[in-house]
Amino acid sequence: MSDLIQQAESLILQPVGLGINDIDQVMGGLLSNQIDQADVYFQTSRSESWVLEDGIVKDGSYNIEQGVGLRAVSGEKTGFAYSEELALPNLLEAAKSVKAIASKGQSGIIKAKSYTNAPSLYAPLDPLDTMSREEKVRLLKRIDQETRQIDSRIDQVIVSLIGVYDVILVATEDGSLSADIRPLVRMNVSVIVEENGRREQGGSGGGARQGYEYFLEEDRAMGYAREAVRLALVNLEAVDAPAGNMTVVLGPGWPGILLHEAIGHGLEGDFNRKGSSAFSGRLGQKVASPLCTIVDDGTLENRRGSLSIDDEGVQSQCTTLIENGVLKGYMQDKMNARLMGQSPTGNGRRESYAHLPMPRMTNTYMLAGDSDPAEILASVENGLYAANFAGGQVDITSGKFVFSASEAYLIKNGKITVPVKGATIIGNGPDVLTKVSMVGNDLALDSGVGTCGKEGQSVPVGVGQPTLKIDGLTVGGTHA
Amino acid sequence: MPSSAVKSEMNEQATDRLKNIASDILLEAKKQGADQVETSVSIGQGLSVNVRLGEVETIEHHRDQGVGVTVYQGKKKGFASSTKLDSSAIKEMVSAACAIAQYAEDDPFAGLPEKESLASYFPDLSLYHPWDVSAEQAIEIAVTCEDAARSYDKKITNSEGASIQTFEGTRVLANSLGFNYGYPASRHSLSCSVIGGSEGDMQRDYWYTVARKASDMEAAAMVGEKAAERTVKRLGAKAISTRKCPVMFAAEVSGGFIGHFISAIRGGNLYRKSSFLVDSLGEQVFPTFVNIHEQPLLAQAMGSAAYDGEGVATSPRHIVEAGVVQGYVLGSYSARKLGMKSTANAGGVHNLTVEPGDLSFQQMLKEMNTGLLVTELIGQGVNTMTGDYSRGAAGYWVENGVIQFAVEEVTIAGNLKDMFKAIVAVGNDVDLRGNTRTGSILVSEMTLAGS
Repeated sequence: MSDLIQQAESLILQPVGLGINDIDQVMGGLLSNQIDQADVYFQTSRSESWVLEDGIVKDGSYNIEQGVGLRAVSGEKTGFAYSEELALPNLLEAAKSVKAIASKGQSGIIKAKSYTNAPSLYAPLDPLDTMSREEKVRLLKRIDQETRQIDSRIDQVIVSLIGVYDVILVATEDGSLSADIRPLVRMNVSVIVEENGRREQGGSGGGARQGYEYFLEEDRAMGYAREAVRLALVNLEAVDAPAGNMTVVLGPGWPGILLHEAIGHGLEGDFNRKGSSAFSGRLGQKVASPLCTIVDDGTLENRRGSLSIDDEGVQSQCTTLIENGVLKGYMQDKMNARLMGQSPTGNGRRESYAHLPMPRMTNTYMLAGDSDPAEILASVENGLYAANFAGGQVDITSGKFVFSASEAYLIKNGKITVPVKGATIIGNGPDVLTKVSMVGNDLALDSGVGTCGKEGQSVPVGVGQPTLKIDGLTVGGTHA
Repeated sequence: MPSSAVKSEMNEQATDRLKNIASDILLEAKKQGADQVETSVSIGQGLSVNVRLGEVETIEHHRDQGVGVTVYQGKKKGFASSTKLDSSAIKEMVSAACAIAQYAEDDPFAGLPEKESLASYFPDLSLYHPWDVSAEQAIEIAVTCEDAARSYDKKITNSEGASIQTFEGTRVLANSLGFNYGYPASRHSLSCSVIGGSEGDMQRDYWYTVARKASDMEAAAMVGEKAAERTVKRLGAKAISTRKCPVMFAAEVSGGFIGHFISAIRGGNLYRKSSFLVDSLGEQVFPTFVNIHEQPLLAQAMGSAAYDGEGVATSPRHIVEAGVVQGYVLGSYSARKLGMKSTANAGGVHNLTVEPGDLSFQQMLKEMNTGLLVTELIGQGVNTMTGDYSRGAAGYWVENGVIQFAVEEVTIAGNLKDMFKAIVAVGNDVDLRGNTRTGSILVSEMTLAGS
């Protein structure tokens, strides 16, 4: 048995008087010969947040969550129940209602126990304990004071610090038991600046599956602060954004949200099994320019979007989605993989025990190309350079996606000129990557801030890309 | 076949049990040194079923519980929450909240609401109508709904399914000023989403119905037909060229448009001066024919409540009268920051109503004459600080008051300050489903960016 499983057992099961044998009994209650797949997912998590505003740490919160989710799948049918009460009778009762998804059959056979041992991509630590409360408060106050000294036009500074300690233990129908301990920290700085009556804001942040010391290393915390101030000051100068179809150059890093929205969601297994994605049935086809190779990689150490194992106990992997422009693979959870005759890819994720798993992204990014970013900009006569984004959304059926630029500039004769106001950019997922004409050699991943929402469930994700030139996207400014 | 009825458990005993837990929490917090305390305790249960292509896809049994506590030590505040209701978990939660308060700093505006503002009258708003529906019955209704959608038109080629959700819960709110009250409420909904295809084009749209009382929901077949009708109409959608033109927000997206106004007069955005409507009280923000009311005490409505998230008594009020802002949206904290009184909006607004005009949907199209009818918006492109607005849109191009063809892959942009002033008409085609009740809204000009 792995250390992680022992730790998870002592953190979740022992305090409520449950043992690993009890899990067998619950699994026995879930299985019948018509059940293809079943799991019991135990979770305990603690999270905290600290917020500084008006120069004082005025708010803090602490949250304890614990529960168990039970699932049984028969063909395409899923039965699901969850409970915050971990007592054995509650679990057996829940198992009974879940199993009813299948027509009555003989009881299934409980398989011999096996333990999943995936290499850990992050230390199994409790980030809440990596800094004392005094230190957390002091850190926030220092960031506030130092940020205010950067520029006299700063009016408001809001700094937040969030830590999550998440422990999961998942037993599946094949007898395997896996556990994971997932730390996650996040920091954000936002500022409001004012000049001649005009007010603008800027924000920046980062995070990782580490302790809070992450923010002290490499001067990261003040790095976020300086970036927030820089963005706010750029916004003070911004003029109306242009409206219409034009060449768009996307900066490296967080603008990779383009890939997440335009391509990523459309390549999740559930939509493709159901034929509701604009990419359904297109494996092996050319869906992007040959310059594009895109992966979903859950195996990057310490990253926000990474998982040692997914929420179905499957080890994370790096899945090639698009290789030199050709669609190579979908992201799968166990159920959709089984129904499509494919292998799970470690993308079975759920927000918590109270939610059903489904195929979700981890860290999705495009590999670097050959072009010098300066050469990419120099090649554009008239266009938009979008350096930073706020967020995005996609309609996976029509393929239409949007993302909102939060820092953008007009390009004139190969040079970056004036900043323009935030504008929504809209495109068609299946087309957009066919219009990629240059890919930079400057691949960067985001700083660890992404949260993805799907069917009401939020999970942490990562994105990344090199500088990209796209010949024709619609920019939604006001200046027609 | 699966069988499991949602058996109602939100009786008076349940409410009393939660009130007792709340009292225990208040005592525990006082014992641990809190000067003021507020707590909320809730339990809920429900059933969701999804069917797809005529077959059951998922049956989910929901059972939730949660508790939260805010403590004040002098002017220092701490909050903690938990999904466990047993006494040792409660002790742990209270001490976590107190520990945070110890390290937080004095905030002169922190604290419970003023005692005299708390609700003392609790009208029966008829919010609790349990639905004793079995999984089999729910499946049958969902199948009827999806069948109606799939058989509506040959162009409906696929389905994302139909789903029934029924939920009932009880929430108790208590504070150390003597408030301890709770009530059960229910919510039932049916939704359907289908996919249409023709000539390589694929479109999806949906429709839903929601009510406190199951019998008030739209008929299942009608929900399916509306979903299918909306999907079929979108087929063949195309982008149009960049231009300035009138934009009409259909009723189902107008609530979001009005939501941007509410966000801009919310206390948090006002005291941070992160709103384009700072100091707008008494100002003409909309044309004179625009009136916006808050109606918290409507029987059976989705947004009804006799008190807000802090226990402050709600009452009907005018937020906008003849286009002029009459009040902000404040909880007690932001009210103190602004030197004002709470407007009983901790946690949000309650049944916002935009007074309908005289024109029907068809007459609104005629009034627009030529322009874009928007039925769906995507993306987050709204900047509350500056009012700058730029979102992805889908809908229909209208000429001479008649819909010509479906439009997609365009954006609409403007500044909310100008857009509010440029409202030409509000329709009488009111969408009653959400917390904001409004008809379609016609804006005289926006920038449309397209092909």
